[in-house]
Amino acid sequence: MNAEIIPVKTGAELAFAEAFAAAKAALPGDRAVAALREAALRDFNTTGLPSRRVEQWHYTDLRAMLRDAKPLAAAPDAAAKARADEAGRLVGDIDARRLVFVDGVFVPELSDLANLSAGLIVRPMAQALAAGDPLVARHLGKVAPPEAEGVVSLNTALMRDGALIHVVKGATVERPIHLVFAATGQKPASVFTRSLVVVEDGARAMFIESHDAAEGRQVNTALELVVGDKAHVDHVKITAGPDDLIHVSSLMAAIGAQAHLNAFAFNIGGGVVRNQTFVRFDGEGTVAGLRGATLLKGKQHVDSTLMVDHKAGGCQSREVFASVLDDESRSVFQGKIVVRPHAQKTDARMMTRSLLLSDNAEANSKPELEIFADDVQCGHGATAGALDEDLRFYLMARGIPKADAEALLVQAFVGEAVEGIEHAGLRDALMAQVAAWLKARRS
Amino acid sequence: MGAAVAKDGLRRNNEVPMLEVKNLHVTVDGKQILNGLDLTVNKGEVHAIMGPNGSGKSTLSYVMAGKPGYEATQGQILLDGEDLLTMEPDERAAKGLFLAFQYPLEIPGVATMTFLRTALNAQRKKRGQDELSTPAFLKLVRDAAAKLEIDPEMLRRGVNVGFSGGEKKRNEVLQMALLEPRLCVLDETDSGLDIDALKIVSDGVNRLRSPDRAMVVITHYQRLLEHIVPDVVHVLSRGRIVRSGGKELALELEARGYAEYQQEEAALAS
Repeated sequence: MNAEIIPVKTGAELAFAEAFAAAKAALPGDRAVAALREAALRDFNTTGLPSRRVEQWHYTDLRAMLRDAKPLAAAPDAAAKARADEAGRLVGDIDARRLVFVDGVFVPELSDLANLSAGLIVRPMAQALAAGDPLVARHLGKVAPPEAEGVVSLNTALMRDGALIHVVKGATVERPIHLVFAATGQKPASVFTRSLVVVEDGARAMFIESHDAAEGRQVNTALELVVGDKAHVDHVKITAGPDDLIHVSSLMAAIGAQAHLNAFAFNIGGGVVRNQTFVRFDGEGTVAGLRGATLLKGKQHVDSTLMVDHKAGGCQSREVFASVLDDESRSVFQGKIVVRPHAQKTDARMMTRSLLLSDNAEANSKPELEIFADDVQCGHGATAGALDEDLRFYLMARGIPKADAEALLVQAFVGEAVEGIEHAGLRDALMAQVAAWLKARRS
Repeated sequence: MGAAVAKDGLRRNNEVPMLEVKNLHVTVDGKQILNGLDLTVNKGEVHAIMGPNGSGKSTLSYVMAGKPGYEATQGQILLDGEDLLTMEPDERAAKGLFLAFQYPLEIPGVATMTFLRTALNAQRKKRGQDELSTPAFLKLVRDAAAKLEIDPEMLRRGVNVGFSGGEKKRNEVLQMALLEPRLCVLDETDSGLDIDALKIVSDGVNRLRSPDRAMVVITHYQRLLEHIVPDVVHVLSRGRIVRSGGKELALELEARGYAEYQQEEAALAS
């Protein structure tokens, strides 16, 4: 006898469905988008919020963590916008084109859309959805993960705004584009942002996403990234926020041939953060680097989950993730590399390292390889441990106090991953945040 | 104190000795390694400590510097009259102690320049001195590195990362030259050095000899002492100093080996 378990819907799951029913008429989009939303909600109603019964969510039981759904965020008022002007400091003072979203809504007066370089087209997603932008029709929801993903479905159903960025064939965008996501309204709320970035053949651009939030936020953000043949894309995502923030992010990328993707995720705040990255190699000879650094304290929980799908052969993927854990924090790294039957000459390497500064912290690492081709080079490694006592002694023997010695070692540990970012100014800005985090730890 | 307690019958003046190790007992992992060691070093002097493997030479260097796991169960280590055993390793360094490691560690991700500057300024701060300005620091390092034939390019790399054995030892002496300690403890500085490197390192050490500075040179072989000529040579066996003499003692040890000291100890123990 088969006993199929149909879990009872949680309050949050029911609340999202109700929120959709109440808001759908007002959510942006033409008829096609409305149909996409309806289908996505049906998917969500089938899968529900992911729980630990789902393998990819085993260590992050979102269903249990997200018991109460906050109401959908209201449009930002003047005060919220004023507070958001401070946001984006996470990247230091690097020169970048800022596109600012407050509580999930594009704010033109805080954004810089002037003098777009040739070949760069930027449009708020709400507008693109309403106007039936051909890029939306062509790509939105098409760079999706291979299996049904409850949080991505929910994002598609409730997406409100975001950026649609188009870099046309052969264009080079010199100035990085900084998507500033700030949730600064007065009331606790849930925010759904969706972006689509299309970098055509031979084009080049750098994108930075920074996410910060006020108290009581639930953020579900998703970005679909289409990288053309011989294109070069840098993507850096920075996540910060208070201890009650629940932040779920999905980066979904499809890459053409002989292209280059260099992605980095930096996490320095939030109560529960899930960064899931799905990368699909559609063309041969492409190189992708997926790296990240996470600093956790208190009871923070940060989950970095990667799914790298080598569909085409002759591609190279590199993953380096470093986590520093203090107090009772918990980190999760799951990296899955799939090499499809015809993806010969694949070269895939994955490394995750955790540095535990406290006896009560917990690092979970789960690398997975699924290889169906026979002429490939794949490898993975995972380490977890405390600070090296001998190195600390060596530094102290030269007169460096214990706390400073530990700070130097932690900075070196994080620095190895941060080195993967090509933009020197951004590297410095992130390392300055690491230094500030360490200073706060000591005081 | 002073002249009256000179156990080893060597020259003494009436000042407080720079280093006094008294009745030192040390255990590592519950095993007794040092067993009532006494040692007195006056400023300006260079003392060599020789002995067979396992006699406790490296333990002495580590317990002086404060390495975790090296537990002094009895005795004192006085530097200028202050007991080092109550201090953290960084405080000992700021008081003027420097240990040149037998196996200098590699610290990937910490640039040598950052390391040197952090160490120097931390010590200056503890002594109530101002931090060095960047130009002053750079000049200091460049000059010191040049004397030790260290390529400035190496200083940009992680501490000791990719350095050869000889380069690591030169880097230790560079740190010593910059930090200007009062008491230098050199643990097997000659190990892993070829003749040319030994000469560069020894010359570096000899430049630091001064009437205000003392050195304790720990070595298994007499070879190093041809370059760094000691005032006093001690023989360490089974955790205590069993014989002391002038520099000629090193030659005697080289010729006859350590066997008799081990036998002597064995005879005493029976």
